[in-house]
Amino acid sequence: MYDPTVARLTYRALLGRRRALILGALPLLLLVIAVAVRGLTGADDQTAADVLGGFALATMVPIIGVVAGTGAIGPEIDDGSVVYLLSKPIRRPTIILTKLTVAIAVTMAFSAVPTLIAGLVLNGNGQQIAVAYTVAALVASIAYAALFLLLGTVSRHAVVFGLVYALVWEALFGSLVPGARTLSIQQWALAVAHKVAGGDLVTSDVGLPTATVLLTAVTVLATWYAGQKLRSLTLAGEE
Amino acid sequence: MAVEHSAAATSADQTRIHDIGYRAYDGPRLGRSYATRALYSQSLRGAYGLGRSAKSKVLPMLLFVVMCVPAAIMVAVAVATKAHDLPVAYTRYAIIMQSVICLYVASQAPQSVSRDLRFKTVPLYFSRPIETADYVRAKFAALASALFVLTAAPLLVLYVGALLAKLDFADQTEGCAQGLLSVALLSLLFAGIGLVIASVTPRRGFGIAAVIAVLIISYGAVSTLQAIADSQDNPGAIPWIGLFSPVTLIDGVQSAFLGAEPSHPGGHGPDTAQGIVYLAVVLGLIAAAYGLLLRRYKKVGL
Repeated sequence: MYDPTVARLTYRALLGRRRALILGALPLLLLVIAVAVRGLTGADDQTAADVLGGFALATMVPIIGVVAGTGAIGPEIDDGSVVYLLSKPIRRPTIILTKLTVAIAVTMAFSAVPTLIAGLVLNGNGQQIAVAYTVAALVASIAYAALFLLLGTVSRHAVVFGLVYALVWEALFGSLVPGARTLSIQQWALAVAHKVAGGDLVTSDVGLPTATVLLTAVTVLATWYAGQKLRSLTLAGEE
Repeated sequence: MAVEHSAAATSADQTRIHDIGYRAYDGPRLGRSYATRALYSQSLRGAYGLGRSAKSKVLPMLLFVVMCVPAAIMVAVAVATKAHDLPVAYTRYAIIMQSVICLYVASQAPQSVSRDLRFKTVPLYFSRPIETADYVRAKFAALASALFVLTAAPLLVLYVGALLAKLDFADQTEGCAQGLLSVALLSLLFAGIGLVIASVTPRRGFGIAAVIAVLIISYGAVSTLQAIADSQDNPGAIPWIGLFSPVTLIDGVQSAFLGAEPSHPGGHGPDTAQGIVYLAVVLGLIAAAYGLLLRRYKKVGL
């Protein structure tokens, strides 16, 4: 279920040239902010939780997920070169699983690692905050990558819809309508982080059992449906 | 065909050139300014999906509606409760709806320029009598106008609603004028930033992500830093941090000169001297965006 050649090509498409710039710029910004905040305020648990929760998990992880998840398959479908991949004797679900593995690995590498470093810089992992948010970023990476990979196979405007979900639904509606928070990958990941940290600094609106079930369900269903979409892919021209 | 051909070849003395009616064009030549205006109006229509497929109308129209509906609701609330003031100031509206505006810029700026680059149609434009500067001006003006329509329409909804609710005329007119001035500045700034980023890449998806990253991430980073500076009793730093993101720049300009409440945490707006710095940075960024676009298109596709 894993094809090294497809994986290599996907890594090259994701990390080649400019795409790597945007993937690298965000973690760099997080680290700069972490160093600046530590310099301004010193180690403070609440500040660390604010920065990691408000910037890292709420903004950085979804956007890296969008870039990596849709970038793993979107451009190929967009310029039509996916037909050369589909005409090879590789099962379509294998292609999707391989691309998903690569997208998850890239998202984790560019979001969880900087989160951990930023957390260590901010308060030296006091009250397990750095580790808790790193675990949240890891969990969220899997679900985001699967969801946005599916979007990449479904729509030509995957990036826009991914960003609408990440920014409008999770950030705007999530802060206005409490019910929207139940259907938010960010909150599911926070539920896991809450379990790790234990204290009151990391809180979630969703219970751990619900969050785990929903995370697994979204990941598995999105991957399965992306495989189905790829089996019956129609190539459309530019609108 | 083969038979005709051999017949023609055998009777060489009968070959001649037929006059099949090609005629030279001797009508009026509409020239450079007309071509620029045509490019402007086509780009402006394209920014709302007019003259394009139904699918590409969905997103800009949806964002336009999302922009206007809250204004209509506010007016309805103000009329129903017989309030003496609108629930939101004219200058605050664009700041509240900033994520919608950012999404619009991110989706339409690449639409406007990236496809020309990707399908290599830019040289075709320059084979017409327009110059690099005309192309840049037309695209810049079109996106700025589209953004102005997006941001000014809800203000007009608020204004008309306020007048219908018989709120104070002079007060509302002044507020609306200040709001329009601020969104005009915002339109120019956002259009410039969006076009500069989009003109670097022929890939639409990548352009969208890059524009969003610059507009929204910089705001997220700046407001996080401002909140921390506020909680650490360091209010002097707040206005200076605000210089680093487009939204807080506009917010700073309008709270310094246009009588807006600053959305900074703690309500620390920039004073007049800082306001001048803010305005200089905004105008400098707009001019820099124009200059960068001119430089970008000096050698594109040639």
